Amino acid sequence: MEMPRPDVLVLAGKARIVARLRSLLPGDSVIDAPEELRVYECDALTAYRCPPLAAVLPRTTEEVSALLRVCWEEGVPVVPRGSGTSLAGGAMPTADAVILGVSRMTRVLETDYENRFIRVEAGRTNLSVSAAVEAEGFFYAPDPSSQLACAIGGNIAMNSGGAHCLKYGVTTNNLLGVRLVQMDGTVVTLGGPWGEPAGLDLLGVVCGSEGQLGVVTEAWLRILPKPEGARPVLVGFNSNEVAGACVADIIRAGLLPVAIEFMDRPCIRATEAFAKAGYPDCEALLIIEVEGSDAEIAEQLARIKQIAMAHDPVEFREAADEDQARRIWLGRKSAFGAMGQLGDYMCLDGTIPVSSLPHVLKRIGEMSQDFGLKVGNVFHAGDGNMHPLILFDANKPGDLEICEAFGAEILKLCVEVGGCLTGEHGVGIEKRDLMSVQFAPEDMEAQMRVKDVFDPKWLLNPAKVFPLGITASRRAG
Amino acid sequence: MRPTTEAELAEAVVGATAPLLVRGGGTRTLGAVGGEVLETGGLTGITLYEPAALTLVVRAGTPLAEIEAVLAAERQRLAFEPPDLCALLARTGVSTIGGVVAANASGPRRLQVGGARDALLGVRFVDGLGRVVKNGGRVMKNVTGYDLVKLMAGSRGVLGVLTEVCFKLQAIPEAEATLVIEGLGDDDGLAALRAALGSPFDITGAARHSGRSLVRVEGMAGSVTYRLARLRALVPGDVTVVEGVESARLWREVRDVAPLVASEGDIWRISTLPTAAAAVVAWTEAEALWDWAGGLIWLCAAPGQGADIAATVAGCGHATLIRGEGGPVFPPEAAEVAALAAGLRAKFDPRGILNRGMMG
Repeated sequence: MEMPRPDVLVLAGKARIVARLRSLLPGDSVIDAPEELRVYECDALTAYRCPPLAAVLPRTTEEVSALLRVCWEEGVPVVPRGSGTSLAGGAMPTADAVILGVSRMTRVLETDYENRFIRVEAGRTNLSVSAAVEAEGFFYAPDPSSQLACAIGGNIAMNSGGAHCLKYGVTTNNLLGVRLVQMDGTVVTLGGPWGEPAGLDLLGVVCGSEGQLGVVTEAWLRILPKPEGARPVLVGFNSNEVAGACVADIIRAGLLPVAIEFMDRPCIRATEAFAKAGYPDCEALLIIEVEGSDAEIAEQLARIKQIAMAHDPVEFREAADEDQARRIWLGRKSAFGAMGQLGDYMCLDGTIPVSSLPHVLKRIGEMSQDFGLKVGNVFHAGDGNMHPLILFDANKPGDLEICEAFGAEILKLCVEVGGCLTGEHGVGIEKRDLMSVQFAPEDMEAQMRVKDVFDPKWLLNPAKVFPLGITASRRAG
Repeated sequence: MRPTTEAELAEAVVGATAPLLVRGGGTRTLGAVGGEVLETGGLTGITLYEPAALTLVVRAGTPLAEIEAVLAAERQRLAFEPPDLCALLARTGVSTIGGVVAANASGPRRLQVGGARDALLGVRFVDGLGRVVKNGGRVMKNVTGYDLVKLMAGSRGVLGVLTEVCFKLQAIPEAEATLVIEGLGDDDGLAALRAALGSPFDITGAARHSGRSLVRVEGMAGSVTYRLARLRALVPGDVTVVEGVESARLWREVRDVAPLVASEGDIWRISTLPTAAAAVVAWTEAEALWDWAGGLIWLCAAPGQGADIAATVAGCGHATLIRGEGGPVFPPEAAEVAALAAGLRAKFDPRGILNRGMMG
């Protein structure tokens, strides 16, 4: 993966820069020892690594502001980092960059149940936001699968989704406001607990900007009352096409399950071997979850069953109790781990119109033959967010490159049918060079102009999102 | 000027030598902005409608009413129920979908499903130099590049002229009903709305006006019946239930601020915290309609009270002058935020010709 050549003046000035940072923050907040920096050399996209110049772990917005100001003065690139769970390399540094980790900013600052919001620091983990309001019967809806570890700041940077966003939306739909520190140290408040901006929706463009516009230190998040209950059903089909048609019919009928998950045969087999969830041996299966009281759940499931039966499923399995519900989810939740047992894998994240599901799955199968690499598909079918998992052997020379080429072809196919490169993981470094498949030069220029306003020196996470070639002159400025 | 294609519109912007007043049907334009009128009403037509994918792509000048009729024929709708403010603002134009997006015009259901900006999946627009830009797309989940879709929603034409928009749609549920709660003062009546919203019963509307609090539920018939019964036990006051078309009529009144149409005075639209909603109104003699459980207040006040209203909501929201003389129309922003907004306008419209003077 090509990354910009580090700035030699910054590398040469390391001692001075670290000393300046140490003058601002308590001693243990600035890390520059090579062995300690290893932790920060990559995120969950582990194929690419580079130790940073230093890492800083501030505790307050004021510390973030002060350290960014120094980096701005020194011309040092800064890479914000939540918990380092990005699958796209969003938190990968360059050798001349300072990693700004928010892992010590984890406090809950305010909970307000009557106005239905919580204000937290950016390093707080996704799941612990819900945990903080659970006793009062509330939860925070976006649920990325890394929710045990991932930080709210990272969720905001990547506009994270999750299995339940079919009903509740993704991060941007549940984010009310942020405190944002700009690269020059300026602190701004965008939005607020009342949810509507007074002027332009700057919060809307900050969410999902991959840490390139500012460092979020605090966030106001919408919390919701927990539903009375939830229950999944499992439906097996003899072809991907039929499963896809069933998804379309459920949506068309106006039913709004909280999740519709899809697994294809390679994934079902791997999962069965690994987790033994007792899934039927079939071409495709759907896990559909609905919420409400017992009576409401029964009402929705009856309708879903009626629709599914019209597609002649090989199995329609309802969960009679908690244990059966758990077993239905068990396989789905083990799917990534199960595929990992078969070898190394690359997880893609393209989104397509739901109507294109059968066509795209068929084409991926054909490409799998052409490239000679196996693929399993497990994804959020209700919103068309695919997750093809391409298996390869990291120890076999050339296999990673074939896998990347295969992945690129799948993403191009997603764009070709009217979809996009990434539905919830972000562009990062991983899909940076494919942006021109989806966007015309003028479309990317318009986006980069936003960064010009927020970060005129292009110091924040500068080598991400856009192809390096078109950002070179801005980064050099 | 009234171009009929995106290319013509781009040419018109390129060729402009003086400020332009960008508008759809002119039914929601706020603030006295001068300039040659550039209308999008000539850019019409649905370019893609896939009911099974809940997706609609439509040119910006298409009348809202036309879109709503097409969707209704498939038992679908724009979930955020855009208000029709023609009566309130004494306007006669035809509301366009581009205008809805430019104003981020969102009705009562916003508290459950989000506003126009949340349903908006993609945009095409022409910026202040005539450059055509697309952002977002037609799929439900998309984090590819920056989200200019959200930025354009509510930008009132100051960053660019919308030419095409794409929405996520919603199926019309089989049943709706409203609890009408009477016999409570404003404090208790608003508290009842907050209590309903804090329950797991999936409220899709929570409003108050004319001494009555309204709580709406929608969904499958059995579920609506169940939730009504549970909510009934949760709220105080004298409760009656209104169903079906009668319920829908109640919410059209709230959506379009009908109770204040005939009232004399300035109309303010205030965003605030639900718990502040009673206090924000109590100090004036003004008439009010509360939506979003109090998070949105439509206030009819005597002219000249702008400074007092601004002072009242300072720190807990903001107020926009929707109808009335004298400004400022738009609420002030913190200096650092205003600087970012001005920076974006300078990038997207370097000549400063698009809706000059609007939004600060």
